[in-house]
Amino acid sequence: MFGKLTLEAIPYHEPILVIAGLVGILGGAALLGALTYFRKWGWLWNEWFTSVDHKKLGIMYFIVALIMLLRGFADALMMRVQQAIAAGGSAGILPPDHYDQIFTAHGVIMIFFVAMPMVIGLMNLVVPLQIGARDVAFPFLNNLSFWLFAVSALLINISLFVGEFATTGWLAYAPLSGIEYSPGVGVDYWIWALQISGIGTTLTGINFFVTILKMRTKGMTLFRMPIFTWTSLCANVLIIASFPILTATIAMLTLDRYLGMNFFTNDMGGNVMMYVNLIWAWGHPEVYILILPAFGVFSEVIATFARKRLFGYHTMVWATIAITVLSFIVWLHHFFTMGAGANVNAFFGIMTMIIAIPTGVKVFNWLFTIFRGRLELTSPVLWTLGFIITFTIGGMTGVMLALPAANFVLHNSLFVIAHFHNVIVGGVVFGMMAGLTYWFPKAFGFKLDEKWGKRSFWCWIIGFYVAFMPLYVLSFYGAARRMNSYPNAEWQPWFIVALIGALLIAAGIACTLIQFYVSVRNRDKYADVTGDPWDGRTLEWATSSPPAFYNFARLPVVGDIDSFWSQKQRGNEQLDDAPYTDIHMPRNTVAGPIISVFAMIFGFAMVWHIWWLAGFSAIGMLVSFLMRVSNDDIDYYVPAAEVERIERAHQQRVEAQA
Amino acid sequence: MQQPSYWRRTGTLVLIALCLLLAGCSSALMDPKGVVGETQRSLILSSFGLMLIVVIPVIVMTIVFGWYYRRSNTMAEYLPDWAHSNWIEAIVWLVPVVIVAILGVITWKSSHDLDPHRALESDVAELEIQVVALDWKWLFIYPEQGIATVNEVAFPVDTPVRFRVSSGSVMNSFFIPQLGSQIYAMAGMDNDVHLLANEIGTYNGRSTNYSGAGFSGMVFDAHVTSDADFDAWVAEVAQSPDTLTYPEGYSELAERSTFHPVEYFSDVTPEFYERLVSSFHTGSDPDTDTQDAPRAPAVDSNEAYQTTDNQADGEAEDGQTVSNEAGE
Amino acid sequence: MATESLHHDAHADEHEHHDAGPTKVFGFWVYLMSDLVIFGTLFATYAVLMKGTAGGPTGADIFELPLILFGTFALLISSFTFGMGVLAMNANRVGQVKMWLGITFVLGLMFLGMEIYEFHHLIHEGFGPDRSAFLSAFFTLVGTHGLHVTFGMIWILVMLVQLSTKGLNDKTRPRILCLSLFWHFLDIVWICVFSFVYLMGVLV
Repeated sequence: MFGKLTLEAIPYHEPILVIAGLVGILGGAALLGALTYFRKWGWLWNEWFTSVDHKKLGIMYFIVALIMLLRGFADALMMRVQQAIAAGGSAGILPPDHYDQIFTAHGVIMIFFVAMPMVIGLMNLVVPLQIGARDVAFPFLNNLSFWLFAVSALLINISLFVGEFATTGWLAYAPLSGIEYSPGVGVDYWIWALQISGIGTTLTGINFFVTILKMRTKGMTLFRMPIFTWTSLCANVLIIASFPILTATIAMLTLDRYLGMNFFTNDMGGNVMMYVNLIWAWGHPEVYILILPAFGVFSEVIATFARKRLFGYHTMVWATIAITVLSFIVWLHHFFTMGAGANVNAFFGIMTMIIAIPTGVKVFNWLFTIFRGRLELTSPVLWTLGFIITFTIGGMTGVMLALPAANFVLHNSLFVIAHFHNVIVGGVVFGMMAGLTYWFPKAFGFKLDEKWGKRSFWCWIIGFYVAFMPLYVLSFYGAARRMNSYPNAEWQPWFIVALIGALLIAAGIACTLIQFYVSVRNRDKYADVTGDPWDGRTLEWATSSPPAFYNFARLPVVGDIDSFWSQKQRGNEQLDDAPYTDIHMPRNTVAGPIISVFAMIFGFAMVWHIWWLAGFSAIGMLVSFLMRVSNDDIDYYVPAAEVERIERAHQQRVEAQA
Repeated sequence: MQQPSYWRRTGTLVLIALCLLLAGCSSALMDPKGVVGETQRSLILSSFGLMLIVVIPVIVMTIVFGWYYRRSNTMAEYLPDWAHSNWIEAIVWLVPVVIVAILGVITWKSSHDLDPHRALESDVAELEIQVVALDWKWLFIYPEQGIATVNEVAFPVDTPVRFRVSSGSVMNSFFIPQLGSQIYAMAGMDNDVHLLANEIGTYNGRSTNYSGAGFSGMVFDAHVTSDADFDAWVAEVAQSPDTLTYPEGYSELAERSTFHPVEYFSDVTPEFYERLVSSFHTGSDPDTDTQDAPRAPAVDSNEAYQTTDNQADGEAEDGQTVSNEAGE
Repeated sequence: MATESLHHDAHADEHEHHDAGPTKVFGFWVYLMSDLVIFGTLFATYAVLMKGTAGGPTGADIFELPLILFGTFALLISSFTFGMGVLAMNANRVGQVKMWLGITFVLGLMFLGMEIYEFHHLIHEGFGPDRSAFLSAFFTLVGTHGLHVTFGMIWILVMLVQLSTKGLNDKTRPRILCLSLFWHFLDIVWICVFSFVYLMGVLV
């Protein structure tokens, strides 16, 4: 009846998990209770869960990502504590089985459920506004993508309390992830969480690719698009071309585990290196999916706060395109030590270094944007400057790793860990923090508190160096990654320093949470009704904050790069007295959440081999999808009078503040 | 005003970073005991130095530009529409291109010089040691000496050693940091790495590729000895009452164990390593005539890769660059 | 809602429509490209694992070309009949569209029947997907295509229902266009499967 699921699956003998479970359950119950008490369920369902509004979906992506960040960071802290203790024969506080789950979960959560949703959330919030569109090309799919992601995040959290998570490392290398070496349900949770969210990501990629190509407002040619939109476009191309590889690879691993097939087994003709090749053929483009939009954020932030046009716009675009293309022909640098011939290794090493050229050019372009500008040192700018320094150092260690002969001693060591945190924390996290601070007033109508934002930045950047520089040093002593304990007592001081760094980063996260609290409390003081708090350059600042659900009452017309800026320079007279027209908008949908909940039940049933439930939920998915497609009442027109009423109310608010 | 302290703090950070890198000077990688490791040390240092040509100006420019062009400095030049300069663009493309070109040449040369499959030049005859990663211990077989050990390996100084590396379980990576290059140990694959130690001593060795719950215990001591001491060590192992047979003794040894103690085997079934490697090449179907036949010789990974070298420029989705079955 | 009545007024600019026909077809085309990457991955895997027979049968031992050829022709003809259906749609002949879709469905069923027979036969002989890496890759590549055909056929049924209840309108037309793209795409993939897997398998 319940497949492999028994009461044994609840880890009530693990104190850490029990506490985490109780906190989760109590917190969840408190939240649900509060929602019921304040009668917010209907509001939540109608205004948010079923919404197809890209701005609301963007906000929801960010909320889930921040919650998952706390979970992923708790994992990181436990790892640092363990390694700070488990020296010279000590076993530390976490047994291998638990520790292995933690580092696996940390990697999976941070990449798939923190970095990805932040990037996609920002794209959701910003891209349609930047191209002067009223929504994305496929609003229903956008809602579905979000929910597929959200339920996979839930599924991965369920693994904490029901069963176990994978102990294989975040990419679940075969044959360790095969049924022979990982017979438990951990890898199955990994499989279904990634498969479901991966499909959502692919849909997002298609959706935004089409949105950017087909929904731009009048006059916005490709080479007038803001850089963030450009980098999003390239990231979406990467999603479309690389996520299907992940889908297929995980599917093959699934067949190995569920039907006894032999794709990635040691024997019966299987080929484990095929798995490693395929997973990195997706995995390398994946890191560019994360970093390219972050590059876009920095470009917007630096141009806005330096009050100057972005230096070398065309160079920036072509560099982005070059990175997009090159990111597909470097994947082998993740496993030079496999023993491929010298020619193969040298080829992939050189290709990897070539990526450093357009990336280096970008860095110089940001610097020359500051040059002869008037840089305001706001917290988004601090994140950007911190990024330039940190990312450059990370890029340098990356090129060192790309030297196959040097890689033979650096691979699989803490050097790799330090390197990719150097670029992912310094690049993606700093970028998302900059983007969050920069676009927050657009989403909510008030700015974030600067003081706490800067405190967060200082904790993060100092914490980062304190946490990760010791790892570079340790790698020179021969410390491998993923060690649960190590015999070399002389390594311990470095690990303790790294723990202190992690605690500083924790303080940085706390500062951000306080920043939210302080800003919400002082939201009247920080309010911005003009819609343009930073004296911005691109179209998202041309509408109110938060924008009306239709974004623009009259679609803007674009004449050049930074069109809104030049329009402000000329004086904002254009179109103001043209009459409003009816606006065509999509209706909310219940299909997204329903299909996704069925998808989650399907995933859970497959994890535990509850076949009847899997069949039931699969049919549920199909039927609800068919019901959705046979429903033709999916859009409507907002009458011109209604648009006029909303716009007039907005103008009154602006005048009241002025 | 908090800006001045900002820049001071940033500068301090950079200093701390450099100090940390210097602190690594007495470490395994910076104090290598073998010819391979020495070359890799100079490679790491020279590539590091080359890239500092870009990295240091970037850090300095970030700090100087950020400070000088701050909002409050009205003395600084302000050209809001200045966004293009041919000569700046030329320089920012050219400098990275030149550095990467130099690095590219270094990459090509060093990839071939330090190819783990390449035998090292020496007057002394090469010693072959066969290495098998098991859950979770290392098995070392000396085919010429007819002995085997677990979690301890010894070889004479100044003697080139060819480690043939495979696995009886999941993937691991065989690494003695102070001697240089690591190489993956994979079931059914006959990988190899050539190393040469030029100083007597005991060096840490370990698996660097995570392989499951007992991974942390996959450490071993590598004893680099004089020729005489090596002979004595071989004699000592040869006196062990234990022997290692294939497949019976092997399956017993292959059972999962953590922090496995050092073991000596005075005798090993001939072709042990080759039979183990090829045991993964066929299915469990007992009818096939290739079953368990000693593959003579087991696929040399060098040859296997040579056949696929020219496919290196394949598209992203075809990951067929390396196939362990290429020699089948 | 009061706005409902405005629904059919064609007065807004084309480019601000959501899910407007051309955008939908373009989006579906992009989806097909991503699907192509899935097939590309499976093809690459098949190429690598083709020799991994683990003492089991090779392609030459198990492929029955006449049967496969029959299925291939069924699928090729079904692409033609679907094309006729699109022509009928352009001529606004609902009845003919339904007829051609019906014929396409039957041809798809014949193809699928061939595949199910082949799979059943192989498994019955002891050459199931768990026998060797080669067979895993073979079953997965061909089976993934078969799964796509199955979904295509469900889609044809849905369209037959929608054509009966709603007729040809600006909602159903793009759907039929997308479906035709899908169906032709499956045909192209199958030609690759046929030449790369079956023909080469028999020749090698």
